Amino acid sequence: MALCIIGCGNVDRGDDAAGPLVARRLQRFGAQTPGVEIMEQSGESFALMDCWLGCEHVIVADATAPRGTPGQIRVWNADGDKLPEDVFPCSTHAFGVREAVELARAMNRLPPTLMIYGIEGKQFSFGEPLSPEVERSVESVAQQLFELVRTTTGPAQTARNRA
Amino acid sequence: MSKQSTRTIKIDTLARVEGEGALYVKVKGDEVQDVKLKIYEPPRFFEALLRGRHFSEVPDLVARICGICPIAYQMSAVHAIECALGVEIDPSVRLLRRLFYCGEWIESHTLHVYMLHAPDFLGYPDAIAMARDHQAIVQQGLRLKKAGNRIVALMGGREIHPVSAAVGGFYKAPSKSALRELVDELTWALDASLATACWVSGLDFPDFEQDYEFVSLSHPDEYPFNEGRIVSNRGLDIAASEYEDNFTEQHVEHSNALHSVLRGRGSYMVGPMARFNLNFDKLPEVAQQAARDCGLQVPCRNPFRSIVVRAIELVFACHEALRVIREYEPPPIPRAQVTARVSTGQAATEAPRGLLYHRYGIDPAGLISSAKIVPPTSQNQKRIEEDLWHFVAQVASRPIEEITWKCEQAVRNYDPCISCATHFLKLHVERD
Repeated sequence: MALCIIGCGNVDRGDDAAGPLVARRLQRFGAQTPGVEIMEQSGESFALMDCWLGCEHVIVADATAPRGTPGQIRVWNADGDKLPEDVFPCSTHAFGVREAVELARAMNRLPPTLMIYGIEGKQFSFGEPLSPEVERSVESVAQQLFELVRTTTGPAQTARNRA
Repeated sequence: MSKQSTRTIKIDTLARVEGEGALYVKVKGDEVQDVKLKIYEPPRFFEALLRGRHFSEVPDLVARICGICPIAYQMSAVHAIECALGVEIDPSVRLLRRLFYCGEWIESHTLHVYMLHAPDFLGYPDAIAMARDHQAIVQQGLRLKKAGNRIVALMGGREIHPVSAAVGGFYKAPSKSALRELVDELTWALDASLATACWVSGLDFPDFEQDYEFVSLSHPDEYPFNEGRIVSNRGLDIAASEYEDNFTEQHVEHSNALHSVLRGRGSYMVGPMARFNLNFDKLPEVAQQAARDCGLQVPCRNPFRSIVVRAIELVFACHEALRVIREYEPPPIPRAQVTARVSTGQAATEAPRGLLYHRYGIDPAGLISSAKIVPPTSQNQKRIEEDLWHFVAQVASRPIEEITWKCEQAVRNYDPCISCATHFLKLHVERD
């Protein structure tokens, strides 16, 4: 697979839904095209590492821990950036996105390119909706990634899928 | 340092514990003065959410309580509702449910043995640091967990939030050929599990034993997953319908999670060690022999050896999955007809971390009128604190960093799933 976009999180836990909702918006936009895989994952490390096995380019979208600026979007390039320990504690799994990236790095199993889009969450309670700030950022990240897919696969293909 | 100086150890975030919790230990000299495992719990969201929903929705809803053991929640739910509505399931469905549970045990135990607990014993702060020196071992863990993932993905319809389990059976039963595709990898996984048991049995275990009351399901013919009576090594022998007569949940001031206790008796232990000690004779010979080769004795009372017991349960789960696949014939109808009626049903099944109890009340329209869920971590929490009271006393004179490490390791003996027990994730931790 040329490009794999993975939305991580739990849709039932407030802003932890940010990652999966990015993935769902991309599906709705028609971003899943030949060579582009869009998927949802819980964020559990081993499963994530399995998902990106054999992928050339991987993008992970996930909620990040509250730091007083809900909705803030931050992007890491795993090739150069070590993921900070205190940013991805949101998963229900102590072994989550950061650990997947760092474990893959330690084992030489990182894909050729891996970008992580983090959307800062505000609240993560069961059953709560997205915070308005996070909802806006979900839309923004989805648009950015859709543009990226269009430039990768060509506008005609994505337009056909969208139709 | 003065013998009588007071030292306080606060671990505000328990790493490598599902969800988050905090631990507070106060030591004066060599004497433990206080131990509090803090867990934070909002209202029991899921029990409230389920009320008013149709019973057929429950398996999919409860699967979302825990990302690690969704199948356990589904299994306890379907059995409790089937008990309420008097549903008989097909023998092939029963086999498929055992296979489903095998997949979850393989996933969960592998994650815990390789990634969460082994680094403690090998002196690494986490699995990432361990992987740099032990790539082959971590590769083995990755592949073993994937073998479990494949069962869950096939049986559950997808890898996360499985959707195939239903009251009365499954929405769709797999074909024999689909199951046979798993055989080669599970055959490898069985060998890898035996190697895992051999590897972890050589770790260095603290000399620490406690006089536990072990509680688990017990079935006359098989190592327990979905069925059986709730028994203990101190004479408890009850049906799941009697659970609430014998167990109660207590609120403690320092933790929002409820502490389960046996009425009139106190704390108890659920999970792999309890299952192993109470059901050793139901393990297949290959697992029994592996346990003997690992030097495990029955009963095992050293909680640090639970990593070896989990490895033995990995052997069992791989062996059992292969047995089920060999014997499987697709059921004539994958899902029994179910008719609503006013009723109440209870069930307990064996989640990877231990006994998981569900009770549901159902109204004439088939809507849930009441729900109660007691996860294994709630049941173990008081026991974890009691272990720490005794264990910290053994290590109280050591440097504070070492005590902290050992305390975290002792908590991880139970593989606590704090996000299940509390239905909550603490996200902002202030460190002193």
